[in-house]
Amino acid sequence: MHEVDMTKCLLLSMNQWQQQHAPAIPSVQRVHLQVGAFTCVEPDQLVFTWGVAVQGSWLAGAELVIETVPLLGRCLQCNGTYTPSPEAAYRSPCCDHPMEEIVSGRELRIRSVDYSLPEPPPSRPDLSLTAAAAA
Amino acid sequence: MHMPLEDTLGLNLLAANQHQAQHNREHFDAWQLLCLNVMSSPGAGKTSLLERSLAALAPEFAMAVLEGDMTTLLDAERLEAVGVPVVPITTGRACHLDAAMVRGGLRILGQRLDPASLDLLWVENVGNLVCPAEFEIGEHRKVALLSVTEGDDKPLKYPVMFREADCVVITKVDLLPYLPVQVERIEAHIHQVNPRCAVFQVSASTGAGLEAWHGWLRQQRSAVSSAAAALAVESLEAAAPEPVLVP
Ligand SMILES: [Zn+2]
Repeated sequence: MHEVDMTKCLLLSMNQWQQQHAPAIPSVQRVHLQVGAFTCVEPDQLVFTWGVAVQGSWLAGAELVIETVPLLGRCLQCNGTYTPSPEAAYRSPCCDHPMEEIVSGRELRIRSVDYSLPEPPPSRPDLSLTAAAAA
Repeated sequence: MHMPLEDTLGLNLLAANQHQAQHNREHFDAWQLLCLNVMSSPGAGKTSLLERSLAALAPEFAMAVLEGDMTTLLDAERLEAVGVPVVPITTGRACHLDAAMVRGGLRILGQRLDPASLDLLWVENVGNLVCPAEFEIGEHRKVALLSVTEGDDKPLKYPVMFREADCVVITKVDLLPYLPVQVERIEAHIHQVNPRCAVFQVSASTGAGLEAWHGWLRQQRSAVSSAAAALAVESLEAAAPEPVLVP
């Protein structure tokens, strides 16, 4: 359910990004997200709500591509990295240490946007500028 | 023909919420109050705990409650009876509070009192152990409540919440003799995902453990107010004109 609110937040960020290109409206092909495995986001749910939310908007047809970032912990006992799992109560298999440092898995990041900008109208010589240069 | 462009944003997905949360936080710091985001599943005993803690702390602290849990709206009267103003937050059908909703609650609160007169602001989040963990509201501390009736594997089933919490209050410990639950296991599981988390075992009905929990709150309150005071001094110094060197 909260994916709906996540999508709203994502759309707000995308609208702000679009403002940078105003007055042109970029045509977006893909939005790339990085979503950590240790977050409350279900990637499939997010893709679904995105698809519904962008209908009829300037982002219609844009695909949401989600890269899942695995949960990786660092054992502070031996400094080795490991994959914490709920089955092992998130402890490190090497030293039986609790999950202290999280190296990756908490990401909720808009990584990049693939887009194109409409062709600018054919430029006409700027007369005022030419006149200024001639003077 | 035009080339596809790629913008590398590296922007947090929840940037819009974080921006508003930061704004709330600036207000809290300017008002020099401690804001707590209180989260739990429904029925973890939030209202009962709050009732006890508000009554116990009212002589030392000026407090208010922003109430985001619609199911406990009826309990607002119980809290107001202690003399602490309670302002409901309109959440629609949201399963968590976000920073903009809290801002709306602050506006209503501001019509009733001057927030700068407060020492402690309690924000009671929607009863849910999942997404409230991801939506910052500008709080100084996240407090998660966990009732012993919920079993001892909750911290492993909802690890993000228990990882993000600064403090976990284990409630209803008076029921332990009647439950097949070991409170040591609950505590151990919390520390598996969050080794430095403060954990308190309390009972709102017997009052057990409340003093230790209130002691933690006092510590956080003074940590936040001295940080705010240091910030204020810093900005004063920054604003002060360069000292004139007298030869
Ligand atoms: Zn190790």
